Amino acid sequence: MGQTTKESETIVRWKKTKPTTRRNRWWLIVMPLYLFTIFFVALPMVYLLVLSFLTRARTWGVVNEFTLDNYIRIAKPVYLNTFKESFQMAVITTAGTLLIGYPFGYFMARMSARTKSLMMLLVVIPFWTSALMRMYGWIIIFRSNGLLDKLLMGMGLTDSPQKLLYSYPAVLVGMIYSLLPFMILSIYSSTDKMDWSLVEAARDLGATRGKAFFTITMKLTLPGILSGIVLVFIPSMGLFFIADILGGGKIMLVGNLIQNQLQNGRDWPFAAALSVVLMIFTSVMIWIYRRVTGVRELEGLL
Amino acid sequence: MRRRIRFSVIYQVILLLLMYIPICVVVIYSFNESRNSTIWTGWSLDWYRKLMKNRSLLEALKNSVILATISSGAAGIIGTLGAVGMARIGWRSKGVVEYISSIPIMIPEIILGMVFMAFFAMLNLPFGMVTLVLGHTTFCVPYVYMMVKASLVGIDRSLGEAAKDLGASERRAFFDITLPLILPAVFSGMLLAFAMSLDDVVISIFVTGAKTNTLPIRIYTQLKSGVTPEINALCTLMLAVTFLLVGMSRLLGGIRKKYPQ
Repeated sequence: MGQTTKESETIVRWKKTKPTTRRNRWWLIVMPLYLFTIFFVALPMVYLLVLSFLTRARTWGVVNEFTLDNYIRIAKPVYLNTFKESFQMAVITTAGTLLIGYPFGYFMARMSARTKSLMMLLVVIPFWTSALMRMYGWIIIFRSNGLLDKLLMGMGLTDSPQKLLYSYPAVLVGMIYSLLPFMILSIYSSTDKMDWSLVEAARDLGATRGKAFFTITMKLTLPGILSGIVLVFIPSMGLFFIADILGGGKIMLVGNLIQNQLQNGRDWPFAAALSVVLMIFTSVMIWIYRRVTGVRELEGLL
Repeated sequence: MRRRIRFSVIYQVILLLLMYIPICVVVIYSFNESRNSTIWTGWSLDWYRKLMKNRSLLEALKNSVILATISSGAAGIIGTLGAVGMARIGWRSKGVVEYISSIPIMIPEIILGMVFMAFFAMLNLPFGMVTLVLGHTTFCVPYVYMMVKASLVGIDRSLGEAAKDLGASERRAFFDITLPLILPAVFSGMLLAFAMSLDDVVISIFVTGAKTNTLPIRIYTQLKSGVTPEINALCTLMLAVTFLLVGMSRLLGGIRKKYPQ
């Protein structure tokens, strides 16, 4: 009895003291984040939007004149085609990583805890190495008379060097290769959390292995699939340097177009309009992802 | 059942091999005697020797390391303080600011590069190290922030309260209790940010000046024009450093938290 009163006294005292502790000083320590975010993320984004409605100056720079021309220009067949091609590339890349990455992530989740962490390390290491270094590796493999050519000729499949580098498939390999870890980790993290007893129940009730997989496992790992799709799709729209290095300027993606406009064309407002469109596209994808899964953070991102 | 397990092992081994082949190729050819990376003429350490004498390449490496250190350091401070503070304030703007701060790692990098290029040009900032640091810090912050935020969730709140009940000031409770507990997350977030900054091409290309080269920019321009095996040697050395960093980060126990189990 006595103890209960003591406890409630403590609670009362705790409740009384809590509001009076100087917790209003916490605003001070969030200030760096607030200020930095506002000045160096939000403000530049707003400027991007403004810039996309401005007119390009004759020689260099921008004139403060409102126009919608930049957006109208995007609707031109040349540029629409670039968007279409980027979209196509992104879709194929995403489908490729999903097909290759799903089994990997799935098998990984079924391993013992020790093997799992080893596998995790093995998947993450290429991810930590320089992206350029990995692209360089592909150049060595793909270049004419390179490793792949020699292998193909050695196997008697071809008798002369093929033009493997600077082609669509080369870019595609580079894209899938660079983005695969995102997919694997997303699939892995949702498969790992899965309740396997549901699959067992389905099997006990007479479902074939395939049916159990498609009706239960697929549905339960859907959040991982979706987050993997978002994590692969978004960057694949903007990875201009892969298309540049492995495609040798032959493959034009939205990223390459923006880069060209910025550095060679010097048409900043148009580049800004392209970025805004790309950004809207990305935001819509993230929004859909959140609506479908009800999750705020992307699984496997961090 | 046994056959299925075998298939999964074969599949994973093949895929891992494919993942590592490009990396191995670069490493192996760094020891090639020939200048041409299509023919193998014999083992040699020549390219490492030449690398040590290549001033401009080493200068670029130095720039990259300085840049990554400052950016990840700044992100370490901003991100950690932000995550700790955000956990305690109840402002309405909190969610929005948190979302905006994560934009840099959500959108395609090229947009970020373009945004900074235009913004810094408008501010008339001299393009070079300053703009590079600002640009890199923005995408470093979210890594630290998210790591620290995740580790704060796992910390028992009552520990800090106990400290305060025992008479510790708010500050003391933070430095004695909270900080030691989140420190591994802070470091692994910073390491991740460091690695991302060291490797970044896209944003750097846009915000760098004519005189400042970072290593990825150098490699990128060489990949487009013509590569000497010095780059292989450099990549190999950097790979070794990466292994070291990954090892350290694992020792700190942060990397497992990076991916939800």
